Amino acid sequence: MRLEIGNIFIKDVEFGPETKVKEGVLYVNKQELMSFIGGDERLKSINIDIAKPGEETRILPVKDVIEPRVKVEGSGGIFPGFISKVDMVGQGRTNVLKGAAVVTTGKIVGFQEGIIDMSGEGAKYTPFSKTFNIVISCEPQDGVKQHEHEEAVRMVGFKAAAFLGMAGKDVKPDEVKVFETLPLGEQVKKYPALPKVVYIYMLQSQGLLHDTYVYGVDAKKILPTFVYPTEVFDGAIVSGNCVSACDKNPTYVHQNHPIIEDLYSKDGKDYNFLGCIITNENVYLADKERSSNYTAKLAEFIGADAAIVSEEGFGNPDADLVMNCNKLEAKGIKTVLVTDEYAGRDGSSQSLADSTSKGDAVVTAGNANELVNLPPMKKVIGYPEVANVIAGGFSGALHDDGSITAELQVITGSTSEVGFDNLSAKGF
Amino acid sequence: MIRVVHYLNQFFGQIGGEDKADTKPLVREGVVGPGMAFKMALKGQAEIVATVICGDSYFNENIEKAKADIIAMVKKYNPDLFIAGPAFNAGRYGVACGAIAKAVKEGLGIPVVTGMYIENPGADMFRKDIYIVSTKNNAAGMRNAVPVMAKLALKLAKGEEIGSPDEEGYIERGIRRNYFSEERGSMRAVNMLVKKLKGEEFTTEYPMPTFDRVDPNPPVDDMAHAVVALVTSGGIVPKGNPDRIESSSASKFGKYCIKGKLDLTEKEFQTAHGGYDPVYANSDADRVLPVDAMRELEREGVIGKLYDYYYATVGNGTSVANAKKYGAAIASELKDAGVDAVILTST
Repeated sequence: MRLEIGNIFIKDVEFGPETKVKEGVLYVNKQELMSFIGGDERLKSINIDIAKPGEETRILPVKDVIEPRVKVEGSGGIFPGFISKVDMVGQGRTNVLKGAAVVTTGKIVGFQEGIIDMSGEGAKYTPFSKTFNIVISCEPQDGVKQHEHEEAVRMVGFKAAAFLGMAGKDVKPDEVKVFETLPLGEQVKKYPALPKVVYIYMLQSQGLLHDTYVYGVDAKKILPTFVYPTEVFDGAIVSGNCVSACDKNPTYVHQNHPIIEDLYSKDGKDYNFLGCIITNENVYLADKERSSNYTAKLAEFIGADAAIVSEEGFGNPDADLVMNCNKLEAKGIKTVLVTDEYAGRDGSSQSLADSTSKGDAVVTAGNANELVNLPPMKKVIGYPEVANVIAGGFSGALHDDGSITAELQVITGSTSEVGFDNLSAKGF
Repeated sequence: MIRVVHYLNQFFGQIGGEDKADTKPLVREGVVGPGMAFKMALKGQAEIVATVICGDSYFNENIEKAKADIIAMVKKYNPDLFIAGPAFNAGRYGVACGAIAKAVKEGLGIPVVTGMYIENPGADMFRKDIYIVSTKNNAAGMRNAVPVMAKLALKLAKGEEIGSPDEEGYIERGIRRNYFSEERGSMRAVNMLVKKLKGEEFTTEYPMPTFDRVDPNPPVDDMAHAVVALVTSGGIVPKGNPDRIESSSASKFGKYCIKGKLDLTEKEFQTAHGGYDPVYANSDADRVLPVDAMRELEREGVIGKLYDYYYATVGNGTSVANAKKYGAAIASELKDAGVDAVILTST
C-alpha cells in the first residue's frame, strides 16, 4: 500500500461566508458546518468556537481531537465504518489541513476527560495548544445515557473533521509525504539483509466508555490482526473513549501516529518495517492471555525480529503490556516498550502496576501524577468546575480566581504513550 | 558562613576500633578526622562547628535514644547543614549515617548529606529519604567522596536546584521527575530499538523493578529420615579461620566438618564476620550455627541426621552477585551429597 499525505499548512482559522482554504487560512461557514454535524436527537445544542495558539483560552472537558482530512485519490474515504463505507483505506492520496483540529467538548460524559490550554504553563504539555482548534460544544438532552452521549459527541467530531477536510480536496498541498508498505512477501524481499520490525499497537478496550474502533468495530471484539501502517492515516482507527486524558490516543494521534511515522523514517536503512499488529486491552484474564498469545504468534508468523509495543492507558493495561513483552521476548523477538508512569505526586512510588525483567528497553512519556499549576484564562470554553472531578483533578483543584492545580493527568495528550510529544521522566 | 555539624562513628572519630563500638554519643568542637578534608572542600563557604561521634554498636542497639540524644547535641550548635560519614561499605555505620541524617532532616528541618557504597544496606534503607553520595566500598575512596559530598551539601544549604544523580553523584533516590526530552517519545523508541537490534548499549528510560524471587520448595515429607545441613552467612569458622574468609566482602566460602561434634566450643570455633559484635558468637558459636540444638533434634528422632559438614561465608558487604554464586555452588554440593534439607542462618 502506498499513500501520499498532502499537507496543506493552516496558519489561521476564521469564520466566513464560505468554507474554504485560501492562502493558508481555513474559513469556516458556521451554518454549513452546523447543518452537517447537527441532527442527532440525543443532543440538545451544539456550539462552535475557535481557539488559537497563544490565546488565553481554556477548553474543558475535552473529549476528542480530530484532524480534518480528505481522500483525494484511492479507495474508500476518511473514517471508514463511521463517516465512509468500510472500503479498505490507506492508499492513494489524502490531503490534510495540517495545523487545524476539531476539538469536542460539552457537558462531561465520564470522569476522564481533559483540559487544553492555548497558552501558559498547561500549553507546554498538550500538542493541541499549537493547533488552530475548531471547538464544538455539544450538550446532551436530559436523560441521555452516558454511552449514548459519548457516541453522539464522537460522531459530531468525525463529521466536523470530514466536513472541514473537504475544504482541502482541491487545494495544492504545501508538502507531500509518501509512505509505502508492500505485501508481506515483497516487503521482506525488499530489504533481505535488514532485521524485520513490527509495531504492536495496543488499543484501549477496557470497556465502559474505554473503547477504540477499527473500521467501525469495537476493538474489544477483535482478535489481534494485521493492518498496513498507512490505513491508520486515513482514520481506520478512531478513539471512542473517556479514559484519562493524558495518555489516551485522541483520534488526531491515531491519524498522525508518531511511532508509525518514525518507524517509516528509518525503514530500509536500519531495519525493514513490516507493518502493524493491532491488539486490545480487555479486562478479563482470558482475554488478556488470548490477545497476548495471539499477538506474539502473529509477530512470529510474519518473521519479526523486533517490535515496538505501545500501551494505551495505565494500571490494568500494564498487565497486557507485560504479557506482550514476555511472550514476544520468549519467541526471541526483541522489544521496546512505550508507556507512561504513575509514580505518585512526589514521584517516589513504583510507576507501573506490573513489571517484567524482560522489559529492559522502556520509553516513558512522563509521570502523569506530577502536579501542574494552570493560570486563570480570560476565556473558558466548557465547564471549569469539572477540574474538581476529572481524573487527575480533585476537590479544590479549581481555585476562586479560575486557576487550577491538578495532576498532569488532566491535560489532553500530556503523557502520550505513543510518544507524540517530548515529555519524559528520569530517576532522581 | 554556613554552620555545619559532622557525624562520625568511633573509628573515623578517632576513638577506637570495634572494641569502642559501644561508645555513647559525644561532641567535639570543630573538625575531627575526615572533617579536615571537608573543611578544605567546603572552601570557606561553610564551617564545621562541631563533630558528633557515636559508636556503631551503640547507635544500632539504641537507635531511638541515640537519635534523640544526637539531635539534641546537633541542635545546640544551631547548624544550617548536617553531614554524616561517609560510611563506605560499613553496614552499621551506613545505617547509622542514614538514620541520623534522616532524623536531623526531619527533626531540625535542615539539609543533610551522607555518603556510602551503593551496596551498603544503609543505602537501600535511606536513599529515598536523603541524598547519599555514591562512594567506593572502602576508605580509600575518601579523597573522591569528600569533594562530591561537600559540593552537594553546599548546593542544598544554599537552596540551589539539585541535578540528576549522574550530575551530582548521589545514589538515585527512586524519585521520578518529568522533563522535556529533545526528541519525541516515538523517535526515542525507534532509536532504542535500532540500538537493541544492533547489540549496542542503550539505556532504558524506566528501569523496571525486578525481584529475584525464589519459589520455596515443597515441605520435606519425612523429616524423621531426612539429612539436614547447616549453612550460614554468619562467618562461623574453625578457630584461626583456616581459609582466611574475609571479614567483609567475602571472596569465598568454607566447608567444615562437624562429625561427632555435639557443641561448638570457644576453643574450636569463632566468627570471621566483621559486621557485628563478635563477642557472643566467639564465646558460643552455636548462637549463630545451632549445632547443639540440631544434635538434640537428631537424638529425639525429629530429623534423621545432621549432615557431617557445614558451609559458611561472611555476609557482611558481600555483593549480591557473589552471594548468588556461593549459594549456587553450596546448593549443588549439598545436592550431590544427598542432603534433603538445609537450615540457613544469618546474623
